[in-house]
Amino acid sequence: MRTVQAVAWKEIQIYFSSPTAYIVGLIFLALTGFFFTQDLGDPFPEATLTPFFDGAIVVFILLAPALTMRLLAEESKLGTIELLLTSPVRDWEIIIGKYLASLVFFLVLVALSFFYAILLFVYADPDPGPIYAGYLGFILYGSAALSVGLLTSTMSNNQIVSAVVAMGILLAMFFADRAFGAVGGLAGEIIGEMGVRGHFDDFSRGVIDTTNIVYFISVIAFFLFLSIRTLESRRWR
Amino acid sequence: MIQAEGLTHYYGPYPAIQDVNFGVRKGEILGFLGPNGAGKTTTMRIITGFMPPTRGTVTLDGYDVVEQSLEARRRVGYLPETVPLYTDMSVTGYLKYMGTLRGMSPKAIKTRLVEVVDVCRLGDYRKTQIGKLSKGFRQRVGIAQAIIHEPQVLVLDEPTIGIDPIQVVETRRLIKDLGRDQTVVLSTHILPEVSMLCDRVLIINEGRIVAEDTPKNLAEGLQGVDRLEVEIGGPAAEVLPVLKGIRGVNEVTHVNNDGRHTYTIQAQAGQDLRDTISQLVIGNGWSLRGLQMVGMSLEEIFLRLTTHEEL
Repeated sequence: MRTVQAVAWKEIQIYFSSPTAYIVGLIFLALTGFFFTQDLGDPFPEATLTPFFDGAIVVFILLAPALTMRLLAEESKLGTIELLLTSPVRDWEIIIGKYLASLVFFLVLVALSFFYAILLFVYADPDPGPIYAGYLGFILYGSAALSVGLLTSTMSNNQIVSAVVAMGILLAMFFADRAFGAVGGLAGEIIGEMGVRGHFDDFSRGVIDTTNIVYFISVIAFFLFLSIRTLESRRWR
Repeated sequence: MIQAEGLTHYYGPYPAIQDVNFGVRKGEILGFLGPNGAGKTTTMRIITGFMPPTRGTVTLDGYDVVEQSLEARRRVGYLPETVPLYTDMSVTGYLKYMGTLRGMSPKAIKTRLVEVVDVCRLGDYRKTQIGKLSKGFRQRVGIAQAIIHEPQVLVLDEPTIGIDPIQVVETRRLIKDLGRDQTVVLSTHILPEVSMLCDRVLIINEGRIVAEDTPKNLAEGLQGVDRLEVEIGGPAAEVLPVLKGIRGVNEVTHVNNDGRHTYTIQAQAGQDLRDTISQLVIGNGWSLRGLQMVGMSLEEIFLRLTTHEEL
């Protein structure tokens, strides 16, 4: 456990001292700020964070890979992976440590966005249900997106490749529900169910359905498992 | 301390090392000497548990590096050839991190850090960002991380490559000091370095160990052997003594592969025995089906080594 902590702590320090993370934070807040205020310009604005959440998950398709691309790809590139893998550290400890670090940075971003919720609560009388549920959904979605990015970072020693592949997977997951109609039959249904949106929309409507929570947790577990396996397989190449 | 048996490693279809066997005793400094691309790094990566061999086993203090990898890795300190460092960390930050990964307690790290910084003479650069250090200092940081957890086995891949001559001398002195308490395996392609540092030398070329000796004997250069592979059609019982009887032949091994008799002859270097052998075979009424020199002679390998220091 101490090694997980050590790996995570080192990565967190790098996040808070690297420009990439701050640029990601800046873009996230600027864009989501725009989504948040967009609706407020209406003559009869609704006190809701739904546009913020809907925008945030799209923005995160691009930003999650930017946060995770460095995690293992850089170790491979610098050769430090050689020291990491020859230290008495289990492969899962490395993956979980790195994942936790990206999660911490993501949660800080989420916390910064509480500003929007606070504004709503101060100046209006929003329905709290969709806001709490929406945040739960967004945190689950973000955690899943980070696990996807971690996997692709484990697979390549090129950060750009890692980021682009992760974006591809996240986009595919985002649009998967469209396959529902296009493919049809059982296959279409299965692909459609793997889509992110169907599972996320419930949250931003204020519905906390266990199915959706299980969906996101399974996605995270699946990609973390693959990451650990991929790291293990590096030894065999 | 280290026991390697039948190590073979393939990168795709290409063998990097083939059937490498060696042992290292506790407290010994063993040198791998060979030209670039001979398989030194591959061997070291296998010893340190970075990758498993395609075939063969390595045990380290009795622990198999594949089966009991964690236990084996606990006992190794490793300096890869590229000296991988996190360039945006400070020297102490980096060493603390590596110490934690090797399972040291914060308290142990604190006391050990003082010693290591002292041994590697990093005193004035404790707080410096690694990216700003010169190559020689990075090398020292690399050695410092390899010894911070007081490993029983120290594996150093080309530890003196690419640093200036004064630093080379210092690094060698440091390795020599470390070798008093620890088992050290190092690789190099510089011949004099081996004689300065090592108790024993393995010469490796094209993935095979071609010689093993003390630096003193190697320096005398008289231990060289040429290897010949001959396929002869004739009764092995008669062929063997004839081959062994040739002047200059040290050893003959015989393999019978479905009636194809192949003999591997180890002969003293420098004398070409091919003519003698073919004449003897024909003279005895046997048939000569194949005759070739195997691999390079030691002399040729030495020619490809750096036999003097480039200043």
